[in-house]
This record gives sequence, C-alpha cells and structure tokens, in this order.
Amino acid sequence: MAVITVLEAIREAMREEMRNDERVFIMGEDIGVRGGVFLATEGFLSEFGEERVIDTPLAESSIAGIALGAAMSGLRPIAEIEFADFIWPTINQIVGEAAKVRYGTEGKLNAPLVLRAPQGGGVRGALYHSQSVEALFAHTPGLKVVTPSTPYDAKGLLKSSIRDDDPVIFLEHKRTYRLVKGEVPDQEYTIPLGKADVKKPGEDISIITYGLMVHHCLEAAQIASSENISVEVLDLRTVRPLDVESIINTVKKTGKTLIVYEDNQALGIGSEVSALISQHAFEYLDAPVIRLGGPEVPAMPFSPPLENMFMIDTEKISTAIKELAEY
Amino acid sequence: MKIELPQVGESVTEGIIGRWLKNVGDKIEKYDPLVEVVTDKVNMELPSPVRGVLREIIANEGETVQMGGLIADIETNENEENANHDKSGPDVTEQYIGTTGVLLKNTAPVGPTGSGGPISREEPLSTRGKNPSQKSRYSPAVLRLAEENKIDLSQIAGTGINGRITRKDVAAFIESGLTPPENKDLPAMPANNTNLREDQEKIPLSPVRKMIAANMVKSATLIPQAWSEVAVDVTGMVLKRQSIKKSFMDKEGINITYLPFVVKAVAESLKKNPLLNSSWSEEGIILKKNINIGIAVAAPDGLVVPVIHNADLFSIAGIAGIMENLVTKAKNGKLGLPEVQAGTFTLNNTGALGSASSRPLVNHPQAAIMTTEAIVKHPVVREDAIAIRSMMNICLSFDHRIMDGAEASAFSMSVKNLLENINSETPIY
Repeated sequence: MAVITVLEAIREAMREEMRNDERVFIMGEDIGVRGGVFLATEGFLSEFGEERVIDTPLAESSIAGIALGAAMSGLRPIAEIEFADFIWPTINQIVGEAAKVRYGTEGKLNAPLVLRAPQGGGVRGALYHSQSVEALFAHTPGLKVVTPSTPYDAKGLLKSSIRDDDPVIFLEHKRTYRLVKGEVPDQEYTIPLGKADVKKPGEDISIITYGLMVHHCLEAAQIASSENISVEVLDLRTVRPLDVESIINTVKKTGKTLIVYEDNQALGIGSEVSALISQHAFEYLDAPVIRLGGPEVPAMPFSPPLENMFMIDTEKISTAIKELAEY
Repeated sequence: MKIELPQVGESVTEGIIGRWLKNVGDKIEKYDPLVEVVTDKVNMELPSPVRGVLREIIANEGETVQMGGLIADIETNENEENANHDKSGPDVTEQYIGTTGVLLKNTAPVGPTGSGGPISREEPLSTRGKNPSQKSRYSPAVLRLAEENKIDLSQIAGTGINGRITRKDVAAFIESGLTPPENKDLPAMPANNTNLREDQEKIPLSPVRKMIAANMVKSATLIPQAWSEVAVDVTGMVLKRQSIKKSFMDKEGINITYLPFVVKAVAESLKKNPLLNSSWSEEGIILKKNINIGIAVAAPDGLVVPVIHNADLFSIAGIAGIMENLVTKAKNGKLGLPEVQAGTFTLNNTGALGSASSRPLVNHPQAAIMTTEAIVKHPVVREDAIAIRSMMNICLSFDHRIMDGAEASAFSMSVKNLLENINSETPIY
C-alpha cells in the first residue's frame, strides 16, 4: 500500500472516476491551467482536455448553477469552490434548488453533483480562508455532507460521492491536505456514505468527531492512555446522514461522551449528536454529554494568538477528557 | 391493551407470577383481581387496570417478571372508554393506564425476610457535617447496571467527583464478585437436573424458598458475623407470665407468651445500644431512629418475618396484641407488604422448636439478630447454694464491621438484666 497525503488521495479519487466514467467532469476557479490553488487537479487538463476540465470565472453562484444544470441533464459534475469561505453565493443553487430536485420532481429528476470545498482554520487564513460550513448545509434534507479526515477515507468517500445520485457537499479540511499522510490500498475501493468509523477503540470515554479534529482527538487519546484513561474515537466521516447506530453503540459502551468539532459549537453538528444520544441512549449515560466546539465568535481572527484561542487543539481536548473521566 | 407488571409497593425489582385468577376470554371489570403476584413473601392480587376481555396471558404461572414487564393483553372497548371520558371530562386515571401502582422513589429493595424499606434519610455518620457528598447522585448508566445486577449501590465506594459512583465503579464491583448471587442462579443447578440418579428426588424450589436462599447467601457472604451466647435466669418472667396468663386471656382474649416480654426488653436495649439498630454502608454506619423488630415466624411456605414497628413505644400487652395479629396473618399467608417491611432488628424464638443454642444469620442489611432458646430448669448456684431456676439462653449474631464484642455484649447484658428483673410488680400495660 502506498502512503499518500489527503490531497493526493483526493486527486486520485477524481482521476480514477474520470477515467471510469466519461460523464464525470470538473469545473472551478483555477482548476485547469493552474491545477487548482492547492494543486488538487494538477495534470488533469492535459489528461482529460478542456471539455472535462473547465476553468470558470470568479462566480460561485454560476459554478453551482451550471453544475446543477449539468447534473440534471445526466452528467456528473465535480464543482470546486476554491475556499469554502466563498461558498455562500451557492446557497440558492444548492440549498434552494439542488437539495429539492428529486423531491420536487417526484423522483423524475435528480442532481448527482459534487461540490468540493477546502475549509477549516488553523492555517493563518483569518476571516476568509478559515471558515467551517458543514452545519449550514447539513441542516438541509436532500443534501449529503462529507467531512473526511484521512487519505484512505478521503479517497473512498469522494469516489462514493461522485457515484452518488444526489448532491453531495464534500468538505476537505485544508490543514489535512499535506499534514495528514496515510496508507491507501492500491486496489480500487469505495467507502459508503453515512458510515462512521471507530478510529481508536476505548472503554472509558467516547469522543465523537470528524475532519481535522479526528487527529487532535487521537493525539489526546494517546496522552490520556498514559493516565489510564481509555478513550474511544469515533470519526463520523459524513455529518449527514449521521450514523446514529455507531454513535449510540459507542455511548452505550462508555457512558461518557465528548463531541469535538471546530465549527461554532452552538447549533452545530455536536448539538444534533448530543440530542440523538439523550434520546436513544439516556439509560446508558454516566455523565452529561459535553460538546467542545468553536467559540461564539463570528470568524477566525487575524492574530495568531487569537487564532490559537479559537481553534480546538489537543490540549483543550485533553482537559475535557480529564474532566469527563473524573465525573 | 398490554398490561404491565406495576411497581408494587416499595421498589421491588421483579415479581413471580402466581395463579391467574382470570382465563383467556374472560370478561373483566376494572379493579377485578387479575393475577396473584409473589414478591418477597407477600402474595398480592393484582387488580385489572381496565375493563375488557382478557385476550392473552403473556407471563405464565411461576415466571419471574421484571417490574414493567408485560404480563397480559386485555382487549378494551375503545369507544366505550372514550364515551366515558367525554362524560367525565378530563379523566385523571388516563395517565395511569397500564399500571395499577405508583412508582415510589427512594426505597430500597425489600428483602425476603422483610428487611429493606424506605431508605433512611439520615446521613451516614462518616459524612455528617462534611461537604455535601454526591455519592447518591446516580447517573442513568449506574442505575441501570445496579438494577440489572441487583446491586445495592450503598455498598459501592464512588471514585468520581465528590464521591459520585461511576459506571466503572459499578462494573468493578460486579467483577469483584461481591454481588449476591441472583435468584435465577439458584434454581438452575444444571448438573443436578440432568444427572438426577435413581435414588434421588428433586424438590422444585418454591418462590419463597428461592428468596430465602438468596437472602441467606447474601447474609453469609456479605456480612462478617460474630456470635455470642448469654444464659439468662428467667424464673421471674416465668412466674409473672404464669400469674397473669388466665386473667390476660379473660380480659384480652389473647394467650400471653414469653415473647412480648423479650420484645420489650430488646426494644429498650436497642435504644441504649443504637449500633445494633443500624446498617453498614461503605460511607458510614446508618443508624435507624425507629426500632422495628422483626419476628421470625414459621409459616406454611417457609420463614416469614412480620415486623413490629416502633416496638419501643408499646407496652408488653400492646406488643402481645400486635404479635397475635401478625402471627395469625403470617400463618394464613395474609401479610401485607408494609407488615414485612422496614425491619431494623430481628428476633427469632428458636426455643419454641426445642433448641438450646443456635447461631442465627443476620437478616441483611440489619446489624444483628437475636434468638431466644428453650426455657429449661437448671440447677444453678445462688448465694453458694444450689437452686433450681428457669434458664434461657439468648444468642446474638452481629455484623462485626459495625461493632465489636464490647457493644454486642453490652446489648446482650442489657437484655439479660431487663429479663432477670421481671417480677410480679412488672407492669404489662
């Protein structure tokens, strides 16, 4: 098995799917000649040509709208939003239209599009290059929202997203792009959407998380084990649909749950997970369900010390683990 | 409508289905006796919570059912029910559908011999005056584990914040094997079942037998017990009883026995020696303010222990009256739950069976148990002369965690002195 980065895994997934299925094409800002601002589509233009690798104007609403139209016409577009921070002009096309295509046409039409966007902070990107957008999309039935954490997951999940017959918002944490490396099988594989993954089994505390935070949580779990606290880390992988069964299983096992996410805490993914736990696993709770999420601040600050305060990191997770273990 | 086994009385966790009083197909009025339920040693008739036709018996005779478990299905006439509701306006009984009891909180399981009962509100000695403990703030996980494994949480030391008991504490406790064996383990004995030899016979275990067995195992495994015996000269008591026997029968219609004299002496001695009227917990010794003396009675199905509540408040005659009532009920299997609950000390008149000395097992979670043995005339030395006196042994088993020989002996000596000082002047009213 090859060890590759998350970025390489995403590149491989798209390349394989484009080779497999000629309906698949990519479009976005700087993805062709430039090969993408993160080089996710480097070499695609020369391999697949201008018709399947389309550089677009700086107009996100158009990118999403064209992708939606193409998808409804039988193609399988992968539209890239250069940074998730610029995704907001697509809300009308994605939330207002794409999510409702199948329902609104009583199943006669569907929109198999993938909207890829790098998101997340911790990269000194400040207000417009650090946002997390999963909760806003995850609120809408009709959309799937994928938040991979490792190269293996990113590749398998992106291939499933491209093959999915309905719109998928695929949110890659840009900090994982080159930071996180991992083994990826040489053979072709996919990972089903809506299945969480136990990244580390444990007995005392369950951490439920996704995206970049998976890695901070694994680090904190490692530290905790030296203090005889056994932590289980469940990676949601897709935040919609949520894998309720896996969530409930881990809570039943440990009775103590910490939900970690970088996005703003209030009304976030953790709020929904927490509600599901109290509904389905109440009798197994040994402590209150704790959320550790982003602060009540509108955006990532410029100042590096303030950004450090904003971001959830291993140390904050370790503190929360200890408090929960003592309860 | 599915009928559940309601929470009957104090928080018993399960009941054994006795005889069904209705057959499938029978018409049933609301509050008609539906089925007998055996919890502890009390047979209860469960009234039907609704009117209808018994469609299905889900729990059969002899089955052990958790509180809240389904036992039957009664077909109700919905229209009729609705019509009734219309007439009577908002129907408060609606919220009780499916149960006939009220869920009582803060109660300990009732032991087979009547121990348990309401949890004392008194703080354990060890925590009095200290920071408020959160030991008894149980999480849902802890409560569920305790119930599933029949664990008395007061026996577990909490390692969580402010002494909270965590799920792991309960799990560790279960693993340590300190839990009493469950009832369901007792009757199993698969080896015997399959390999019964020709010259052997198996007696099936009655519900009462199983419960007695479980409680005895609990006592023998959980309580480190010490024992002592004291000889008591009860000549005065024998003469006193002899002298009032006839008049008491004429006046009260009750045969006065020795036991009320002993109960009175025990009650007074418990007051002076409160440690014998307590319960052990890991957090501290829980003193019981009420003196509720259980009296072991041999009933047709097995041992029963009806309780004389607040025994210290009654005269000898009063105690005799209460006992007469309780013993009659016990022998007829008519004891109600309250009459076997909340005992704090147990008295067993083994002398009635001819025993001269015995080693009783403490009635968990009580601190001690006392027997009165056969009254026998003995030659004894009195003022350097041989005298013939009526002698009786009293035997005491006690929880050595709670007290030492000094406290136990002080109690025994107090009982001895009170009994030896009974004379013709002793008031019985």
